[in-house]
Amino acid sequence: MSAHMVEAKGVTKSYGALQVLKGLDLAVEKGEVTCLIGPSGSGKSTFLRCINHLEQHDSGVLRVDGELVGYELRGKKLYERSPKQICNQRANIGMVFQRFNLFQHLTVMENITIGQEEVKGISEDAAKQRARELLTRVGLESKEKAYPVQLSGGQQQRVAIARALAMEPKLMLFDEPTSALDPELVGEVLDVMRDLAKSGMTMIVVTHEMGFAREVANSVYFLDQGVIEESGEPNQVLANPRTERLQNFLSKVL
Amino acid sequence: MSSTLPESEASPEVVPLRHWGRLVGALVTLVGVAMLVHTIFSKIPSRTGKTICHLVKGVKSCRPALEWRFSWNIVGSYLFNPLVMHGLWLTLQITFWAMLIGITLGLVIAMMRLSHNRLMSGIAWFYTWFFRGTPVYIQILFWFAIAYLYPTITVGIPFGPWSFLNINSVTLFTPLIAAITALGLNEAAYFSEIARAGLISVDEGQIEAATSIGMTPSQTMRMVILPQAMRVIIPPTGNEVISMLKTTSLAATIGVIELTGAVSEISATNFKTMPLLLVACVWYLLCTTILSIGQFYVERYFARGSLRTQPPTPIQRLRQDLKGFGAKRRKSAAVA
Repeated sequence: MSAHMVEAKGVTKSYGALQVLKGLDLAVEKGEVTCLIGPSGSGKSTFLRCINHLEQHDSGVLRVDGELVGYELRGKKLYERSPKQICNQRANIGMVFQRFNLFQHLTVMENITIGQEEVKGISEDAAKQRARELLTRVGLESKEKAYPVQLSGGQQQRVAIARALAMEPKLMLFDEPTSALDPELVGEVLDVMRDLAKSGMTMIVVTHEMGFAREVANSVYFLDQGVIEESGEPNQVLANPRTERLQNFLSKVL
Repeated sequence: MSSTLPESEASPEVVPLRHWGRLVGALVTLVGVAMLVHTIFSKIPSRTGKTICHLVKGVKSCRPALEWRFSWNIVGSYLFNPLVMHGLWLTLQITFWAMLIGITLGLVIAMMRLSHNRLMSGIAWFYTWFFRGTPVYIQILFWFAIAYLYPTITVGIPFGPWSFLNINSVTLFTPLIAAITALGLNEAAYFSEIARAGLISVDEGQIEAATSIGMTPSQTMRMVILPQAMRVIIPPTGNEVISMLKTTSLAATIGVIELTGAVSEISATNFKTMPLLLVACVWYLLCTTILSIGQFYVERYFARGSLRTQPPTPIQRLRQDLKGFGAKRRKSAAVA
């Protein structure tokens, strides 16, 4: 098998007549951090959601750790997988959302243990122990009994990262994780993500934080109107944009 | 700017605005309430013409005897009448079973209504349309008379020749079963709309998050959506339970001797209609009061996580007020 954690070839996706992904190619090596940048409506969030099958892509090949996402190749046809199989695939892919999406009716501790206990079948004690380790890692060990509504946005997002990590994923997807945060709270979330990258986690990050992309990413993809316009190492892509569209985009966000 | 206020007026006393209109309104209402309470507990000359006579200095003088306007003594004597007690027990039983059928079936119908399968959502829509569109009284009579349409109820293979079980409708649909069936199926139609409102009130992001950690659709429904939907579902459901408790009185029309049936039966023999209606009212009010208190605490339980701090319960508030009152008194005593 290849060393690619994620491999996409000619991935397309339409909503009715509107084609949002027009044949994307992308490859992410294990342990790499990849940033997807681009204007809103460019399809970067949709693409990210296709990777863990929250959205179903229409055509093209999408593999995570060598396995086709959501489909099974038998003969020459792609068969849709059963919900159970798709759930098993998803459990290995962590996702962090723009609006945190913590379970509002559960405490911080319960948010982190529910997936371990119900999906992975881990005992309550082991799940709690792992949750405490993760809360320490994101700097929120004192908040385990709090409800999400009692936390700041930055704290909620750090709990959301801990919730995703509790499933011991091999890949982490971040969908604009700092876009809903007050400016002074962005740093604490980026710090956690930086640590996670250092620990060797494979990450795909949709972001507008160009500083983070430049510092942490191994590669950057610039999407516009459902097409990858430019890709490469951050220094090259962000410092010397070749296309006019990327030049325009960077002049607006920087 | 700071020099405009003399030193002594640096922090002037705040005088709250007096709401005179509100005060007058409250006083008028208070007088009205006092009048009402007074008449409810007032006495009038005996309705049966009873008189009380005395001999005053050898001369007999009579005046009409007084009795409660609301016949509280009669109400009291029938309050724990065995027939009334049995009727109350039946009322509670019908309410319980009808709500159980209504909530279980209603939840299924709500999920069917939200299904992506057009046939499922169509059938669910039709169910609600039918049972909401006909009077519940007629539905009770319908189930009571079902034997006219289906003399026997047969369990077997659909459209097939064999049957496993044949039940006589008349023996199956006793007045009690007919009432529970009718009220339960009718309730399911209303509850399905309540449940649907609750289910669609949960943010889509919650479902995505549950999905992203690998939960199956049924786990997501049970552990993430339903517990959060409860916050929206509980208040109108409490309303439905209270409404059901009183709608069970319609069962009296097909011969179920529940609370209303029991008091009608008694008053048919002794003609004390009004006092016996009051007996029924006392029990209905007591039951709805207990249900309302229960609803408050259930709501509170499911509201956890939706507010930064929960509002105090009435008991907590009372305790706080008493504490505050005590402190104020101590303070004023200290000043004096």
